[in-house]
Amino acid sequence: MNETEALRRRYARRHVAARVGVYGAAVLAALVCALPFLWSLVSAFKQNRDLYNPESNPFAFNEPATPDHVRFLLTDTPFLTFVGNTLLVGAAVVALTLLMSLPAAYSLARLNRPWGTPMGIAIFLVYLVPPSLLFLSLTRVVVSLGLEDTLWSMIVVYPTITVPVSVWLLIGFLKAVPKDVEEQAMVDGHSRLGAFARAVLPLVFPGIVAVVVFTFTLTASEFVYALAFVSSSPKMVVSTGVPTQLIRGDVFFWQSLQAAAVVTAMPIAFLFNLFLDRFVTGFTMGAVKT
Amino acid sequence: MTARRREGVPRAGLADREGFLAWAMLLPSVVYIVALVGVPFLLAVAFAFSDVTTGDPSYDFVGLRNFTAVFDDGVFWRSLGNTLLFTTSAMVLIVVFGKILANILVADFRGKWLVRFLVLLPWTTPVALSTISWLWFLDSIYSPVDWVLRRLGLIEGNVVWLGDPGTAMLSVVLVQTWRLTPLAAVIVMAGLVAIPRDLDEAARIDGAGFWRRMLEVTIPLTLPVIAVAALFGAIMTFTDMTVSYVLTRGGPTHATDVLASWAYFRGIEGGDVGQGAAIALFLFPILLAGAIAILRAVRRLEAQ
Amino acid sequence: MKTVEVRELVKTFDGHLRRTRRGGGDVVRALDGVNLAAEPGEYLVLLGPSGCGKTTLLRTIAGLEHPTEGEVLIDGQVVNGLPPRVRQIAMVFQSYALYPNKTVRDNIVFPLRAEKAPRETQESKTRWAAELLGIGPLLDRKPRQLSGGERQRVALARALVRDPAVFLLDEPLSNLDAKMRATARDELKRFQEQVGTTTIYVTHDQAEAMGLGDRIAVLEKGRVRQVGTPVEVYDDPADTFVATFIGSPPMNLVRRDDRLVGFRPEHLLPVENVPHDARVTMDLRVERMEYLSGDRHVYGTVTGLGEDTRVIARLPATITTPIRAGEAHGFAVAADRLRFFDAEAGTRAPAVPIGKP
Repeated sequence: MNETEALRRRYARRHVAARVGVYGAAVLAALVCALPFLWSLVSAFKQNRDLYNPESNPFAFNEPATPDHVRFLLTDTPFLTFVGNTLLVGAAVVALTLLMSLPAAYSLARLNRPWGTPMGIAIFLVYLVPPSLLFLSLTRVVVSLGLEDTLWSMIVVYPTITVPVSVWLLIGFLKAVPKDVEEQAMVDGHSRLGAFARAVLPLVFPGIVAVVVFTFTLTASEFVYALAFVSSSPKMVVSTGVPTQLIRGDVFFWQSLQAAAVVTAMPIAFLFNLFLDRFVTGFTMGAVKT
Repeated sequence: MTARRREGVPRAGLADREGFLAWAMLLPSVVYIVALVGVPFLLAVAFAFSDVTTGDPSYDFVGLRNFTAVFDDGVFWRSLGNTLLFTTSAMVLIVVFGKILANILVADFRGKWLVRFLVLLPWTTPVALSTISWLWFLDSIYSPVDWVLRRLGLIEGNVVWLGDPGTAMLSVVLVQTWRLTPLAAVIVMAGLVAIPRDLDEAARIDGAGFWRRMLEVTIPLTLPVIAVAALFGAIMTFTDMTVSYVLTRGGPTHATDVLASWAYFRGIEGGDVGQGAAIALFLFPILLAGAIAILRAVRRLEAQ
Repeated sequence: MKTVEVRELVKTFDGHLRRTRRGGGDVVRALDGVNLAAEPGEYLVLLGPSGCGKTTLLRTIAGLEHPTEGEVLIDGQVVNGLPPRVRQIAMVFQSYALYPNKTVRDNIVFPLRAEKAPRETQESKTRWAAELLGIGPLLDRKPRQLSGGERQRVALARALVRDPAVFLLDEPLSNLDAKMRATARDELKRFQEQVGTTTIYVTHDQAEAMGLGDRIAVLEKGRVRQVGTPVEVYDDPADTFVATFIGSPPMNLVRRDDRLVGFRPEHLLPVENVPHDARVTMDLRVERMEYLSGDRHVYGTVTGLGEDTRVIARLPATITTPIRAGEAHGFAVAADRLRFFDAEAGTRAPAVPIGKP
């Protein structure tokens, strides 16, 4: 009896240790990932005297906090224009990506052509062609289309990055939809296309959400193309506008830069987190069944 | 229903022919990709054999001259070596930390939503912005990292992170790892949640402790997904020029130049489009080989 | 051979609901005060409809779930708070949960390596278990190369090598097709008789329960309704739930005042086939007939016993009385075959005299 009691106490202790371990690890992970943002957040409200003092604590306000630099970012720089442009480009790219990748993924996942698998792999390989290889010649293409210095240049080109990944993700989601569902819809009088639109699309909604979030994240952080195609500040997006407009030669508007990073990162991370579970399930299906 | 009846018996149309549909649905993507990836890719190849510069955009075929020029330049070999070092070390770190992070994120604890939110931040911030933040954190005078290390008594004065070849490379690798680990974690999480719960429970009943379950059940079963995470990490690192461009501009003395940034400096800032394209072309075959190797490994693992 | 006992076991689930719907008060009582004991060497079957808590009970005994209240005892020791691995149990999951990345041999040897048994013991035990279950030739295969029945045997072998105090089996036959199931059931029974280990077996299939169990515990909504041998559970159901859950077709229940009068379909026979000294007669308006493997199932409405009620009679092939749909016919039940239940509570009630012999 005593032996069991001792054993139980040992495992109770071990259980407590495991819980402490989990919480410790979680806090550590959160800190390592987010500590720079904490710095950024604090720095954004610091006075110059405070920031440019190597001895002052980077986590605390050693001088009173000031909203001046954040106000400067919002009123005296085109930051809000950049945000608007980013949202506009993001929305358009998401729409274009879905329009192209959904039918393509369905064709590859379901319409059983012998070229389905090699074509799927070919499309995925397109993802490997890096912007750093293409931007030289794409700049030429953009110029010849007369799209330089417009939002359209990004809207037209960004899907080259997002479509291959989206097709890949969506194939996984589509393969998880039972075939019966389409067959039922076709028996009920829909065409093959109608079955896809009416019966299958609603069931891959989680996949669509995953693609939307992923596409938007990729679009918002793209840097090379945006830098190469657009040079007039009213047409810039956040990822290029902030570095070019808030760094003038050697002068860095540090606090405003930090504020811009925080303001941009928070909502995207928030959105991503909302749909994280869907994204995760989508990824399993895509990854496991390719 | 009624509308359909009024039209009479519906006939089999194009919308029913699988062979037609398969092409029709795929075509927009294929045309688009051919137009905006295929054509520019060929154009890039053509540039590599030309004397095009930003100043003189007229096309003249020059054969392998750009390639010999590139090969004769020590910086090219240096940046090739840097790229390989940068990619492999970042990939290994990304996979290891991604795996650990994924295990933390699938565990059950309170406040998980907040932790996940914080953990996702590095990945969801536009690269250019987060890298600029790091520029401040690694500043030679005001670096908060140094401040912490000083307080801990580990260093005196400042580590000039971005000024010394060794620490500059270390910084670039660490920033890249920090940025891509959340994505790897999300991918690995996908594999972890797909493991049937029964298997883990069976292993617990069979008497296996944490490490035995991890090494003999969890990791073997998630290997394909871990390989996918490695693939993503490798591709994104290999083709990335933003981190080293913003953080160090390739310096000091090309210590952190990678193929992508060197191509940029040559092709855009140096104005020699031909040489830039020739350098950038080297990205592709290496990338292709790596990706095929990893995808094959995934396939073999799944076939087991 | 060891005993397994649970006392006043309560298990409530609210964790995942709390997170989605804050404070909704949606507490599910999966186990609601369960008392149960398996004797040494006994084959105890937990039987009940899906959602009755039988799997939760099994998982609580295994240590995969922690009881909200109550105690689990294995071999007389309270094991609450102990992890599965020190409970001396082995479990076969519904999915068999074989490690897909390991060969059959590595699957079987896994628990022995976990307890750091010497290499010779590992080998000899694996060989012994594989031989006992006839899977010797399969040792180098991977689980995906095995049939359902073979997987089950591998899972049993993996359970066997641990020398457990008790086997816990969670619907191990439900993944097999109907034909395999009969053979596998037979194998399971012979296997347990051979090793003689206390076994707790969860199923929703009453044929499995009747065929395998030394005793059956019938569960519903987290409570044990009755524990008894297959004969007791079938012939003397403790309440109307057990009476109607077990038996196919189920027991007929006819309301008479504050009682429900119950009788099995096979005991409702044409009047001339029941000895007339101790019988209760009634009229049956026949509505429909089915012929099933020689038996006749007669569907009709019984009158004159209590309220008019639809019942089923099962006539064996030996009874040849001509019966046609649409006619009324005299039927009877031997008086000692009648069971009485309280009409409100559904529990067994003392018999009441019924006239009309």
